[in-house]
Amino acid sequence: MSKSYAKTSLAAIAATALAMLGNPASAAPPEPTKAAPQLIEAAKKEGKVVWYTSVDLPMAEKIAKAFEVKYPGVAVRVERSGAERVFQRIGQEYSSKIYAADAVNSSDAAHFIVWKRDGWLMADVPEDVAKYFPKDQQDPDGMFAAFRVTLSPIGYNTTLVKKEEAPKSFKDLLDPKWSGKIVKAHPSYSGTILTATYQTARDIGWEYFEKLSQQKVMQVQSATDPSKKLSVGERAISADGTEYNLLQLKEKGEPIEIVYPTEGTPLVVGPSGIMKNAPNPNAAKLFNHFLFSVECQQLIVDVGGMRSFHSQVKEKPGRTPLKQIKLMKEDPAAVEKQVEEIKARYTKYFKV
Amino acid sequence: MTAAVAAGLPGRLGRVDLSRPVVLLLAAVLCLLIVLPVSWLVYFAFTDRDGLPTFANFAPLFSDPAYTEPMITTLVISVSVGLACAAVAAPMGWLVARTDVPFARTIRSLIMASFVTPPFLGAIAWEILAAPNSGMLNQWYRELTGAPPDQHLFNIYSLTGVIFVIACYTFPYVFVLVANALERIPGELEDASSILGGRAWHTARRITVPLALPALLAGCLVAFLQAMTLFGSPAILALPAGFHTMTTKIWSLFQYPPKPGLAAACSLPLLLLTVVLLRAQHMILGRRSYQVIGGKSGAPRVIRLGPWRWLALAVCLIVLLNPVFLPYLGLVKAAFTHVFSQPLTLKNLTLEHVDFVFFEFSSTRLALKNTFLLGILAATLGSGLALVIAYATARRVVAGYRVLDFFATAPVAIPAIVLGVGLFLAYTRPPFVLYGTLSILLIAFVTIQLPAAYQQLQSAFRAVNPELEEASRILGATRLQALRHITAPLLRSGVIAAWCFIFIGTIRELSAAIMLFTADTKVISVVIFDLNENGHLGPISVLGILMLVITFAVVTLANRLHGSGAWRGQRVTG
Repeated sequence: MSKSYAKTSLAAIAATALAMLGNPASAAPPEPTKAAPQLIEAAKKEGKVVWYTSVDLPMAEKIAKAFEVKYPGVAVRVERSGAERVFQRIGQEYSSKIYAADAVNSSDAAHFIVWKRDGWLMADVPEDVAKYFPKDQQDPDGMFAAFRVTLSPIGYNTTLVKKEEAPKSFKDLLDPKWSGKIVKAHPSYSGTILTATYQTARDIGWEYFEKLSQQKVMQVQSATDPSKKLSVGERAISADGTEYNLLQLKEKGEPIEIVYPTEGTPLVVGPSGIMKNAPNPNAAKLFNHFLFSVECQQLIVDVGGMRSFHSQVKEKPGRTPLKQIKLMKEDPAAVEKQVEEIKARYTKYFKV
Repeated sequence: MTAAVAAGLPGRLGRVDLSRPVVLLLAAVLCLLIVLPVSWLVYFAFTDRDGLPTFANFAPLFSDPAYTEPMITTLVISVSVGLACAAVAAPMGWLVARTDVPFARTIRSLIMASFVTPPFLGAIAWEILAAPNSGMLNQWYRELTGAPPDQHLFNIYSLTGVIFVIACYTFPYVFVLVANALERIPGELEDASSILGGRAWHTARRITVPLALPALLAGCLVAFLQAMTLFGSPAILALPAGFHTMTTKIWSLFQYPPKPGLAAACSLPLLLLTVVLLRAQHMILGRRSYQVIGGKSGAPRVIRLGPWRWLALAVCLIVLLNPVFLPYLGLVKAAFTHVFSQPLTLKNLTLEHVDFVFFEFSSTRLALKNTFLLGILAATLGSGLALVIAYATARRVVAGYRVLDFFATAPVAIPAIVLGVGLFLAYTRPPFVLYGTLSILLIAFVTIQLPAAYQQLQSAFRAVNPELEEASRILGATRLQALRHITAPLLRSGVIAAWCFIFIGTIRELSAAIMLFTADTKVISVVIFDLNENGHLGPISVLGILMLVITFAVVTLANRLHGSGAWRGQRVTG
C-alpha cells in the first residue's frame, strides 16, 4: 500500500455518496430512539423480530443471539440471502401486500434509495447513530444509517500460492497462469459484488471483466462464498468477496491472505433501517437500536471482521487500518441508476 | 352399467346421491388447479408489459445466444442422460429381474434409495466428492498417484458432471420400467424359442429384447424429461461452470429486475415438448399390450449365471457407488468435519454444524415445521383426491369421467418449475392472492404429485371387484357410503402407499418451491439450496442426512404397512 493513499479517509469517500441519498426538502428526523423500559416491554409483547439481511449467515445468527441474550423474550428470525435477492423478495412481497420484514440490512446501499423513494421505510434514529455516527453516514430524514462497512479485496490460499507470486492488482488476475484458479461471486445475487462490480468497472474499465471472464473462473453466488472456496482449497484466488469473511477465516488460522489491489479496493457500505409496515414495530426499533449500539458494532468488528463508523468502536489490532488502504469511491446513486446495465453486461461476459 | 342398475333400484329413492355433485366439484377444482396457472403462463408469454398481444417474448429464444445456448445445452444434457440411463439401467434391470444375481432384493432397495434421494442433495454431495480441487475423490487420486495439486481426475462443475449427476438419480425410473417389463415376459415364449432350437442369443434377440424394448424406450423418454425439467442439479453444478440450462435460465429471469414475460415464453417450449414426449411414451407403452395375449403366463425363466453372478453383483454395486454409497459418505464427512477437504483427524472432527443447524440457525425450526405440515397436508389431500377420482373413473360414476382422468393425469406434462412459474403468475394477483401462504405451496405439491397417486390408486381399484360395492348399493347404501364402508377398507394398502409416495415427493420438492416460497413459507429443500449459494456445505450435510433419515423411515413404514395391508386385502376379496 503506497503511503500517498494514507490520507484518504473513509468518511470523506463515503460522504458524497450518502449525502446524495438524502432528500433536502424533507422534514427533520425523529427524536433518537432509546432502549427505554416501555419500548422493551412493547417489544416483548410482540415477542419477535424478523430481520432481512445479507450478512453471512453464522455472523447474522451471532448478532441475533447477542440481541436475544440482552433482551430475553424477543426472538430474532434471520432471513438471510444475497442483498439482490433480499431486494427482489421484499419488492415481490410488498407488491403482494405481504409485510413480513421488520428490520432490513443490505450490502447494496442503492436499495435504500429505492425503498425510501417508495415510502417503504420508517424513520427511526437509534440513540448511538445520533450520538456517535458521522452525519454523512446517516440519512438526513432518519430512515437508515451505515450499519456495516466492508471491502471487496482479492484473497488467496497461502498453501496454493506463494506470497511472492500472489497477485498485487486486479489486472494481475488476467495473467494466463491464473486461468482456472480463480473464484468470484455474482452481482445478481450479492449487493457487495454489485457495488464492487460498479466501482471496478468505473475505475479500471469493463475490459477487465471481459478479460477476466476468459480466465475460466468458478462462478459462485454469494460474496461470502469465495473465501470459503479458498479455505477448502477449491480455488487458489478469489477475485472478489468480502474482506470480513477473509479476515474471519484468516484469524481462525486458515491458510488465507488478503490483497488490497493497487487499483484500489471496492468499498461496500451496508445500511440498516426498519420497514414502515413492520409487523413488529417496537421489536424492530429495539433491534435497530441494538444493531447500532457500541456493543453490536464492536461485535461485528471483532468477531465479524467488518468495519464500523461508530466513533467509540476500536479497530482490532493486527488488521490493516482502513486509512492505509486505497479505497474505491462509493456511489450508490449511480449504482441505482445503472443496476440493470451492470447485471446485463456482467451476464454477457460471464454467461451466467 | 353399474350406475344404470343402481339408479333403477327403489331402495335408494328419497336419498340423495351426492356422488355426482362431488365429482363435478372435483372436476371444477382440478380444472382450476391446472387451467389457471397454464393460462396465466400463456397470457404472459404472449403479452408485453402493458398487456398488449405480442410475439416479442419469443424472439430471444431463437436469436439471442443467452437463450439459444441454454436450449442446446439442455437438449445435450437430456439426450445424454436418456442414453446413459438406458445403458446402465437395462443391464441392471435384466440382472435383477431375470438372473440369479445374489442379493437382488438388496440391489433393488439400493436403487430405491437412489430414487428417493433428492437430486439436489445428490448434486451437493457430488460437489463434496468431485469438485476439481477440494473434492474427496480428486484428493484420493492425488494422494495415490502423487499428481500435482491442481491436477484432477473429475470436475463435477462441467457439462459431463451435470449429465453424470442427473443420470445418477434418474436411472431408477428406467430400471423400474425395464425390470417390470422383463418380469412380465412369459417364460413360455422364451422356452418355445429354445425348444424350437433357438440358441440363447437368438432367443434374446428375437424374443426378450423386442418385448422389453418398448419399456426401455419409454424409460429413456422419462429420463429425458427428468433431465430436461430438473432445476436443482444444474443450478448447483452448471452455474459455477458458467453455463445455464433452460430451468436455471427461467429461474434467473425472476431475479431483479424480474422478466415474467420472458420466463413464461421460456417455459412454454418445455411444456410443449413434455406433452409431445409423453404422448410418444404412451403410444410406445400402449403397443405393449400384445404381449399378454394368451392369458395367464408362466413365471419368467431365471437365467443361471454360475460363477459370473458374483461379477454381476460387483458391477451392480460399483454402479450403486455413484448415487448412494459415495454421496452418503461425502455428506457424512462434511457434516462432522470442520473442513471437509482436510483429512479425517480427531482435530478435524466437530459437531459444530449439527449445533449450528439445530441451535443457532433460526430458519431450521420453521422450515422443518413447514415441510412436515406441507408433506402431511399434501399427502392427505392428494391421496384423498386421487382416491375419489380413481373411483369415479374406475367405476365410471359419471358420464364425463374421462375429463376427470385427463385432469388428474395432465399435471404429469407440466414440469415442476413451469408449474411454479404459472402458479406464481396466477396467485400473486387477483382474484386469488395466495402468494406468501402455505396454500400456494400446497396447491403446487398436490398438483405435482396427483398423477402418480392417481395412477397407483386407479390400478388398486381395478383389483377390487365391483361386485362388493354393488352388493352394498343393492342393500341401500349410497355410492359414497359404499365407497366409505366397502371399497376404502379394501384399498387401504394402496392408499397408504400413495400417501407415503406423495409425502416423500413433497418434502424433497425444490423446482416449484424455489419459485413460490417467502420468508414465512420456507421449506427444507429451499433452505438447503439457500445454504449452498453461500457455501455452507457442513450445515447442508446435516440437514440432508436428516432429510434422508426421514425419507427412509417413511419408505420402511410404507413397505411394512403396504405389505401387511395388501395381504389382508387379498384375504377379504378372496
